[in-house]
Formats: sequence, C-alpha cells, structure tokens
Amino acid sequence: MDEQRQGTGLVGRGNREGAELFRQWFTELGRTAAEGKGAAYVFVMGSLAEILRTFDLPVVFPEINSLQTAVRRVAHEYLNQAEDYGYSPDICGYVKADVAVQLRGGEHPMGKIPKPALAVLTNACNTYIKWGEIWERMYHIPLFTLDVPGTRAAGTQTWPGDPDFENDREYVQAQLTELIAICEKVTGIKFDIDRLREVMGHANEMSRGWKQVLEFNRSRPSLFNALTDGTIYLGVSNSFRGTPEGARYFTELVEEMAYKAERHIGTLNEEKYRLTFVGVPCYPIFRRFNELFSEWGGTFVHSTYLWFASGGANVGFEYDLGRPLESLAEGVLISVRNAMDSMFYQDGAIIDMVDSFGLDGVVYHPVKSCRTTSTGLADNRRSLMAARNIPSLFIESDMMDRRVVTEAQMKNRIDAFFEGLASRKQQEAAAR
Amino acid sequence: MAYAAGVDVGSTQTKAVVIDEAKNIVGRALIDTGANVVIAAEQAFAEALKNANAREEEVEYVVGTGYGRYRVTFGNTQVTEISCHGRGAVHMFPGTRTVLDMGGQDTKAIRVSPTGEILDFCMNDKCAAGTGRFLGAAASALNIPLEELGPTALRAERPVRISTTCTVFAESEVLSWLGRGKKIEDILQGVHQSIAARSIGLLRRVGIEEEITFTGGVTRNVGMIEAIQKGLGAKLNVSPDSHYMGALGAAMFALDHVLAGRAPAAAGRS
Repeated sequence: MDEQRQGTGLVGRGNREGAELFRQWFTELGRTAAEGKGAAYVFVMGSLAEILRTFDLPVVFPEINSLQTAVRRVAHEYLNQAEDYGYSPDICGYVKADVAVQLRGGEHPMGKIPKPALAVLTNACNTYIKWGEIWERMYHIPLFTLDVPGTRAAGTQTWPGDPDFENDREYVQAQLTELIAICEKVTGIKFDIDRLREVMGHANEMSRGWKQVLEFNRSRPSLFNALTDGTIYLGVSNSFRGTPEGARYFTELVEEMAYKAERHIGTLNEEKYRLTFVGVPCYPIFRRFNELFSEWGGTFVHSTYLWFASGGANVGFEYDLGRPLESLAEGVLISVRNAMDSMFYQDGAIIDMVDSFGLDGVVYHPVKSCRTTSTGLADNRRSLMAARNIPSLFIESDMMDRRVVTEAQMKNRIDAFFEGLASRKQQEAAAR
Repeated sequence: MAYAAGVDVGSTQTKAVVIDEAKNIVGRALIDTGANVVIAAEQAFAEALKNANAREEEVEYVVGTGYGRYRVTFGNTQVTEISCHGRGAVHMFPGTRTVLDMGGQDTKAIRVSPTGEILDFCMNDKCAAGTGRFLGAAASALNIPLEELGPTALRAERPVRISTTCTVFAESEVLSWLGRGKKIEDILQGVHQSIAARSIGLLRRVGIEEEITFTGGVTRNVGMIEAIQKGLGAKLNVSPDSHYMGALGAAMFALDHVLAGRAPAAAGRS
C-alpha cells in the first residue's frame, strides 16, 4: 500500500512539479516587473545563468515567452502586432512575438515580463544577434555577445588538454570575465566567486540529472514522451538553471524515471513505434500534434530539441568547483558547441540514436520561421537514409504561426507514414 | 461473387471502384465532390455498383481514401491516398517504382517497392501551385473548357515563362500575357511547363526510379503528360483508368481484407 501510494505520487510528479515551478517562475518575473526592476534577457543556447544568478539577476527567456503565446493559442495576436509594426511574415516567429510583448509593455499570457537590464546572447543562432540589437535600440541596455568557437568541421571537436581546445577555452574565459564586469556595473554587486561556486554546484546536479533522464528513455517501454513531457523538463532545465529548486527537481526526476523503469511504466498502453523528433515542436497545436502520432501507438522516445534547446546540458558536463571560472569556460564551450552540433552536425548523432534507442522511425520537422534549425534537415535525412534502413517522415509547419499549420495535410502525411510502418512491421513478422 | 470496393473522396472529384476477387475492375464511377462529402461518397459508390451490375451486399469490404476518407460512412476502414495511389499504380503497372499523383489540390511524388509499399513520399506544401487547381485558374482566365487545355497547349510554338508560383496570381499573370498579345496556346504551354517543373521537383525529392506512373485527375490532360515527359526525359505510364488509381488502390486494400480476413493498414492503428 505504501509503495502504491509512493508510486501514485512519483509517476507524473515531474510534470506536475515542473508546471508548478514554471508558474512560480513567471510569478517571480511579474513581481520583478511590478517593482520596476530589470532582468537579464538570455537565450536557451548559452544562457550563462551561472554568472547572472551570482548577481541575483532574474532571467527572462524571450524564446520561452514566445512559444508560450503559441501554446496558449494567442500567438497570432502577437505576430499580427509585430507584422503591423513592419516585420515580414517570414521573420522568426519568436522574435516577432517578443517584439509585440515589448510593444505591449511586457504584457504576456503568463504574466508581466520585466524589461531588460542587460541582454546576454551567443552566436549559436544568428537571429539572437539581430534580436539583441532590437532591445539595445529599444532600451539602451548593455548587450553582451559570447562568441563560442563552434565545431570547425565534422568530427574535429577538441577536448580539455588539447592545445586547440585550451586556446578556445581561454577565449571563452576572457569573455566571461568581461561579462562579470558588466554584471557588476549593472547590478552594483561585487562579484563573489563562492556564490558562483554555489550556483555552479546546483547546475552540476541539474546537468547530471538531465543526462540521466535522457538516457533512461532507452527503456522499453519509454518512460516519458520526449516531445510533450520532455518539453516540461526542458523548461525547468532552462528557467531554474543553477538554483536549488532546479537541482532538487532533477534529482527527483531521476528518482521518478528509476521507479518507472523498474516497473515498466510507459507513456502508452501499447508502445508500437519508437520515434525520434528532429527540429522544433509545432507549438500552435502542441498536444494535437503529438496525438497524431500517439493514436497510432507511436511515441517520441527522444528529440534533438532536448539537446540544443537545453543549451547542450544533455552532455552532462559537471564543473570543477575548485577552479570555477576556468571550468565554467570549459563547460560553456563544450555544452554550447554541442547545442550547435545538435542542429548542424546531427546526422551522426541521429544514426547513433537509431541504434541505441531502438527506433522505428525518425520524424523531421523543419519550421518555416526558423532557418537555423531547419536548414540542412533535408540533407540530414538523406544522410540517415544512406546509413540506415529506417523510415522517416519530413513534415513542415511552424513553431509559432498557426497560418502555416494545416492539420488535415499534416494528418494525411502522418497517417501515410504509419501505414508504411505498419506494413513494414507485418512484413518483418511474416519473415520471422 | 464477392467484391471489394474503394471510394476516393478528393477535393474536386469523388471516384469509386469495385473489383472482383481476381483483382479486375468491374465497376467505376466519377462524380463532382461538391459541398456534401458524405452524399458524394454514397453516390459514387452507388454508381460504381450499378456500373458493375453488383448489389451492395455482394461488396464485402469498402476502404475510404482521399481527404474525405473519414466521411465514407459506409466504409469499413480508411487508408491514405498516398498508400492507395502507390498500391493501385503497382497493381496496374507492376514495373512502377515512382508515382506522380496530380489531383485538384495536391500533387504527390511517391516512391514504392515492387509490392506497392510506400518507401518515401512528398507533397506540395500548403499551396495549390503545381496542382490541377492551377490549371483550373488558367482555364478560367482564358475562358477555355478544362478538357481543351492540353490539346491547345500542344499547339504552342513559343511558350511563355510563367514565373508565379501562386495559383491566384497565376490568373493575373495569364491575363497580363494576353494583354501583351501572346497566343493562348503559348500561354497555356507556359502554364503546363510551370506545373510540370514543380512536379518534377517533387519527384526528385523522393528520388526518381523508373518506371514512373502518372495518376490522378490531371492524367486526362495530354498536354500535361507531354510537358512532364519532356521535362523528365522519361516516359510516364498512363492508363485511361489512371484517374481511378486511388480508388483502385483502396479497393485492393479492401480485397486484402476479403481474402485474408483483415486489412493491413487497419491493423496499424491502436
């Protein structure tokens, strides 16, 4: 009975508490806005939350704000406002929704968003840089761009100890020192390296947990849906990075996964097809999109989104707290580089995923308003098809814009994909 | 005698095919879909039965396909038109490895296995450029009946280049060429070439492997067959029944059920 009760509390706890933490985070942001204080505007691929939290700066993720308008089905209001302002329909939907949030003085379906006190971005997405310039012009705030030396060519990543890596690490570390100086100036707080150690310690627990959670989904049946549940975990991974709440959440999430793995508690009554999702989710019909797959017994056991949108936390890099700044530079370099590789050099990783997660199919989802994540997917798919005999589906829609999401067309393609998978399974069964 | 049937409810027309156990087409019907999809499916099925000289109770299984497949209320199950066109094409032309289906709103390129399974497919995306609708817009602008589009285009001597990819704007572009004194046949050939180029692009995306079978309503347009063959540098398989290929494939899936006791595609659903 005790175990049953424990199980009832454990299964789904990550989703419940993740949603609650998310609400708390927005409530806190609302409080900051009400007090007239500013926040640090950051991005999921290299938020540098470790440094920002050392200065007690609240973090705002405009990407998350934007996707929330789509999930809450009001994105069109924000997109239209930005387009009326002069933005083209072809521009990144995340940027446009944020522009509208700024034009509305921070009004957002989750609450009030504080204005930026500074903005921190990386070169992981070229739109980040143009986006930051918008805030710079609107608010005349300091803008800090971290230039992360990414992978120069496929398979050439270097690692600690390698002279090339150490050069890159020093370059990143020097930039982090510049950011610290900016934060001191913006907040009036003197940098405290022990506080940084504390934040990095929490981040370590989160990265360790995130890596373990992702690996747990090799289980049959899979323990969580990478597209739906995974996005909740991802939200906590970003918004609570370096906090005690985030550390506790991921420690408990690992506990939940272990419990479910031991008892073979999956996400579907019958897991017929194990899939991976490549790209950014279709947020305008987020739940329905997943149902189009789950109705056929398909579940997403993994997704490259959980790699790049976690800023590479999936690598599970753990900082050496004995040499915090140097180790932070190493971690940022390795993690953000991995996030970029998850978009640009992903074919090898997907091939590995096919094998290690026992996949039946790969779903590519290029989105119209994000060229960074979508360019190259067609080539990526060809590369996969040449390497593995695995069915794949290529469907295009958008992460924000309902106007280019046609459910009937999407369903037609998805149904045909599953008809092929079903036929293939039958043939394999007949051949045995 | 036991029969199986397929009903393909498309955006423009609804097709029904009845086949016997030897996989011969014994009845067929084609009607405009109109506003009431349920009635269109029922009428097409009734006409196909009449054409087959068969009674409804003799049809043991019916598969619905096309965008209106879930509105085939008397159907036993549904299969997408992508799978049905692949299956029908391989049945009619066993050497088929690539299918080009051009309908009212969709153009699909489908790569199939020798047994008709779908290996890959892609479709026009959220836009009717490169589909039958594009031809319809041109016919309307030029005030020419649809059935005369192809033969007229084949008389072209100096085809114009249609640059727009938008079906709505195509009409304005056609009118602007008319205003510049271009001959109707040259304008129409330009329209055909434009659609053919988009279709060939889709085929290349899935990988072209001969034989290539052309299916769907636009197969009745000789000008389009010619334009695609010329663009591809390859011959297309076309039959007078190509328009019924989706319904035929659906009937084949239905016959699977009749013969084996269950429909393969239906088994995939949870």
